[in-house]
Amino acid sequence: MLILTCPNCGEAKDETELHAGGEAHLKRFGPGSSDADFEAYLFERENPKGVHFERWHCAPGCGKWFHAARCTMTNEVFGTYSAQTTEPPENIKDAITAKRPGWHWRQFS
Amino acid sequence: MKRYSAFAVAREAFRHHTGWERAWRSPEPKSHYDVIIIGAGGHGLATAYYLGKNHGIKNVAVLEKGWLGGGNTGRNTTIIRSNYLQDPSAAIYEKARSLYEDLSQDLNYNIMFSPRGVMMLAQTEHEIRGYQRTAHANTLQGVATEFISPKRVKELCPIIDISGPRYPVLGALWQPRGGTARHDAVAWGYARACSDMGMDIIQKCEVTAIKQEGGRVTGVETTKGAIGCNKMGIVVAGNSGQAAEMAGFRLPIESVPLQALVSEPIKPCMDVVVMANTVHGYLSQSDKGEMVIGGGTDGHNAYTQRGSFHHVEETVRALIETFPMISRLKMLRQWGGIVDITGDRSPILSTTPLDGCFINCGWGTGGFKAIPGSGFGMAQLMATGHSPLTEQFGLNRFREGRFIDESVAAGVAH
Repeated sequence: MLILTCPNCGEAKDETELHAGGEAHLKRFGPGSSDADFEAYLFERENPKGVHFERWHCAPGCGKWFHAARCTMTNEVFGTYSAQTTEPPENIKDAITAKRPGWHWRQFS
Repeated sequence: MKRYSAFAVAREAFRHHTGWERAWRSPEPKSHYDVIIIGAGGHGLATAYYLGKNHGIKNVAVLEKGWLGGGNTGRNTTIIRSNYLQDPSAAIYEKARSLYEDLSQDLNYNIMFSPRGVMMLAQTEHEIRGYQRTAHANTLQGVATEFISPKRVKELCPIIDISGPRYPVLGALWQPRGGTARHDAVAWGYARACSDMGMDIIQKCEVTAIKQEGGRVTGVETTKGAIGCNKMGIVVAGNSGQAAEMAGFRLPIESVPLQALVSEPIKPCMDVVVMANTVHGYLSQSDKGEMVIGGGTDGHNAYTQRGSFHHVEETVRALIETFPMISRLKMLRQWGGIVDITGDRSPILSTTPLDGCFINCGWGTGGFKAIPGSGFGMAQLMATGHSPLTEQFGLNRFREGRFIDESVAAGVAH
């Protein structure tokens, strides 16, 4: 069972108490953007085999969204952090680097 | 290749079965092929087979990082049906279903196709309307389905409790020529036929890089050395994202685990396939007597090939309500496969931004039933640049907003 700690309410939650919200740190492209940017924003996903950043909803808990860094091959959780960020915080990146040297994920590694 | 036949069985019986050949060769890779297919699962092998059979392209290598048919081909619940709502889907799935009908004869390999009938239960008012609409659409598409009453459901499958307290059975979409086949045999049969045509199936050969020159694919680097090619087909299901990254483009795909489980074997008790989409579980009985149960997908990306445990509970809980008699069954095995899911729950059979490189992926939770049709269309696309079966399934449909929306049509993973 995947257990994530919601950084908003501090509770460690089973995945049954959370709702997965897909890839984090998507940059929104709206009206006026190119077809390629809009398509990439809507559909193309990183879908990494390894380190991943994703959104979770503390649905029946505090009701707020947060981000998690997780390995998609082992389900190892590197940490959770606030959703009010445009990139993963340094302590999360350091925690990943300690366990997965040479990891990469878009421009954040 | 020696043909399999009743005579061959008798002949071998008289010489202590010493004359059976290996079903396919295990050659070392050559330095160059006309076509490289990455992925020796059902779809990859079927693509290679129809390239040779329909288009005469036989200088082909099928590369597999693990063992043949060891991914989703060996992990699905073996259900075959074609009762889809959208025209392009119905066309390719019905092509596949019709090819399954005589695939054993075509391949000279018994794939144990069993057209026992597939029943999709309607357990809400919305499902009744949805399935009636699908039945009408199927009539126009030339797919034989009908909407049947609860009484007929009970006749066809007596172990269903049609008066369940929460979700009574209100009817069903019935496809009499749907059914099951032996999933491993489909991969093995295609592999044997490909090998017989002179194609090289190279197992334990992982592709580590895709080489290109001037925007055109020229070959691959593998754990068994460099191999050149004129054309390439990427047919790697859950690992499509990784392969696309090597080829230098991105895909509208996310990979998630989908689970299935089987019970201990019991005496024959149901001779149809039943899918209950409202409660989300499907059930059939294998020839060995095991009840084969399909479950749900995880909500989050993973490559773990096992899936979250709570899905097992949800699936079994749901099925027990509709099939009370299975409540005392012990479950023997549970496993997961990594399925590649697109935004509109329809596959991608397409050219790619890399010239000479084609991709067949995105079959998500419903790829097994499509194997022959997918291979047929993909081979046509790779050989001629165009196939009526695949033209609606291009990568460009996402940019153009031209979805083949089976997620809304099915309301469920399929």
